[in-house]
Amino acid sequence: MFKQVEGSRAVAEAVAACRPEVICAYPISPQTHIVEGLSRIVKEGKLGTCEFVNVESEFAAMSVAIGASATGARTYTATASQGLLYMVEAVYNASGLGLPIVMTVANRAIGAPINIWNDHSDSMSQRDSGWIQIFAETNQEAADLHVQAFRIAEELSLPVMVCMDGFILTHASERVDIPEQEQVDSFLKPYVPRQVLDPANPVSIGAMVGPEAFTEVRYMAHMKTLSALELIPQVAKDFEEIFHRDSGGLIRGYHCEGAETVVIALGSVLGTIKDVIDEQRENGVSIGALGIISYRPFPFDAVRAALKDAKRVVIIEKALSVGIGGVVAQDIRHALSGLEIHQYTVIAGLGGRPITKASLDDLFNKAVVDDIRGLTFLDLDQELVDAEMKREAGQS
Amino acid sequence: MSTTPVKFYQVGSFAVGNRLLPAAAGSVQSDMERTNALTSGHRACQGCGEALGARYAMDAAMRAANDQVIAVNATGCLEVFSTPYPESSWRIAWLHSLFGNAPAVATGVAAALRAKGRTEVRVIGQGGDGATVDIGFGPLSGMFERNDDVLYICYDNEAYMNTGVQRSGATPAAARTATTQAVGPEPGNVFGQGKNVPRIAMAHEIPYVATATVADLRDLEAKVARAMEFRGARYLHVLVPCPLGWGSQSCDTVKIARLATQSGLFPVFEAERGEVVSSTPIRQRVQVEEYLKLQGRYSHLFSPKRRDDVIDKLQAAADRNIKRYNLLPEEEGDL
Repeated sequence: MFKQVEGSRAVAEAVAACRPEVICAYPISPQTHIVEGLSRIVKEGKLGTCEFVNVESEFAAMSVAIGASATGARTYTATASQGLLYMVEAVYNASGLGLPIVMTVANRAIGAPINIWNDHSDSMSQRDSGWIQIFAETNQEAADLHVQAFRIAEELSLPVMVCMDGFILTHASERVDIPEQEQVDSFLKPYVPRQVLDPANPVSIGAMVGPEAFTEVRYMAHMKTLSALELIPQVAKDFEEIFHRDSGGLIRGYHCEGAETVVIALGSVLGTIKDVIDEQRENGVSIGALGIISYRPFPFDAVRAALKDAKRVVIIEKALSVGIGGVVAQDIRHALSGLEIHQYTVIAGLGGRPITKASLDDLFNKAVVDDIRGLTFLDLDQELVDAEMKREAGQS
Repeated sequence: MSTTPVKFYQVGSFAVGNRLLPAAAGSVQSDMERTNALTSGHRACQGCGEALGARYAMDAAMRAANDQVIAVNATGCLEVFSTPYPESSWRIAWLHSLFGNAPAVATGVAAALRAKGRTEVRVIGQGGDGATVDIGFGPLSGMFERNDDVLYICYDNEAYMNTGVQRSGATPAAARTATTQAVGPEPGNVFGQGKNVPRIAMAHEIPYVATATVADLRDLEAKVARAMEFRGARYLHVLVPCPLGWGSQSCDTVKIARLATQSGLFPVFEAERGEVVSSTPIRQRVQVEEYLKLQGRYSHLFSPKRRDDVIDKLQAAADRNIKRYNLLPEEEGDL
């Protein structure tokens, strides 16, 4: 059913349609509207016996999710930024225990300096946590990915993080086709846990594993996560059959085939990028885009196949690995190793800095003639940097 | 739940003698066919108070819940010695997640059980003093405040024993640990304000709070049974001497726990909805020195120079407990 709704509301309704049994959350901007919506839906009794637990920290939120999931409940939580970092120990624990928790990350910058606006620093910091990470481009996709996430999580018994841009998506009102209950019910069957805490069949979960088997446990987790590269496209295909729209998958190209220059990005910025590409293509520029939906596991083969004929790629990154530059760029470099493709990394949109069409147009114009550096900070205010450098020098 | 035949070395002479009594009058632990949540063969040290306390507490909880128990364990000795992969000593549904989150994980288990309508299954959270008093204190308070249906049991051996006897928020004043060594003008742990978690639990006005020790196992069992009669958040604080960390003889674990109560240093009481409803009177009062001198962690109070100033301060703390909890009702007014 089409509704003009805020992205957070669309996600709340999509999650509710998945019939979660335990939801726990600690408030942090810009995640708040999602859990406010869900708390109301639960309080109204629309989710039956579903429990909504208001916890005292994000660390507790993920811990409650761990306990609930290990007891066989379909479990959901949401967070962002500092909250995600505050729960990190439990984030790793959830994946190590193989618990199919679904969590929304309303992507936001990490301080200091404190900043509540959007970038991808938070979820990028958890790329090695053993969670599947999928990025939504639009609010429609954000809603749809949550429905798919429960299916992926439960089929693999692994947690899934659905990443959506804070404010840009969470607080934007637009037309969204909210997944219908009957459709979701036919797509997502009740959760059947692989292993569950039950007095009738007692098991010990979370044993201590020493050097003799730890590598094997981690190897098996790696192989299981890699198997998502086959499952994610299959789930997207099944989703399309029931919901009649293309959402999810590993990657999504836009005039990518045959393009000399391909712009790579994750999340909502792809919308702006596509607008600029449309205009440039009208002017005869051979340029396209590639959106990465599944960031973990990283679809190396699919990315390589999609980019093999390109002359150059421009990677737009909403996160910075201090001391090296791009985060996604490292994975792209790995995927394209041995191919003669120029790679440019552009750090953009940090802490909510708008990524404008004008800036991208200018950037692409230079990129298509290889007139940019390996690492660029989009719209860097050099005057401000110089003034601060001067002030610091004066102080020393 | 399967049963385990009792071995003589497991139960001690009191329980063996107990077997001469009619079955109904004997302790459950002396029953040849008793249940056994934590089986033998685990890696606890000889004389471990925590292993003893945890087994009695969990068995009592299982009896009260008709075996319908799920336990959540914090990281620590109890977790490490009971579950080295691929073995497990637990014969109950058991989950270990992290050091600082056992109360929150237990909340999650309880929430899932309620959502599934399985309220006959009861949830026990358990951890040592480090997990409870220090790193897991936030989640513990959150669990209390929401009145989640969890019995949380703290096995207090007064330091981080699993990592090699470092000071915790539950380490008593003057005690030597690896991070409060017996050197300098004020050897051992500082005289701070302490962190009395039973009283903090009472301040949350949860249905039931109690303390117990491994010196009186029937009392421990009774308190677990009483705790299981309530729904909502409940807290049990059990003193469990640690021969390794306390520098005591393995055979003295129960004796030292008894001296802790008989000196007044560890008051044994119950509270309901924030009010103390009973305390266990001291039967045979001893001076704190009797308790201190059996433990290497206090040896610096006796040699090379006797520190009466420190011993007096510890005695004063015991005296305060005796008065506060009315542990010597017949001598009331004499203190």
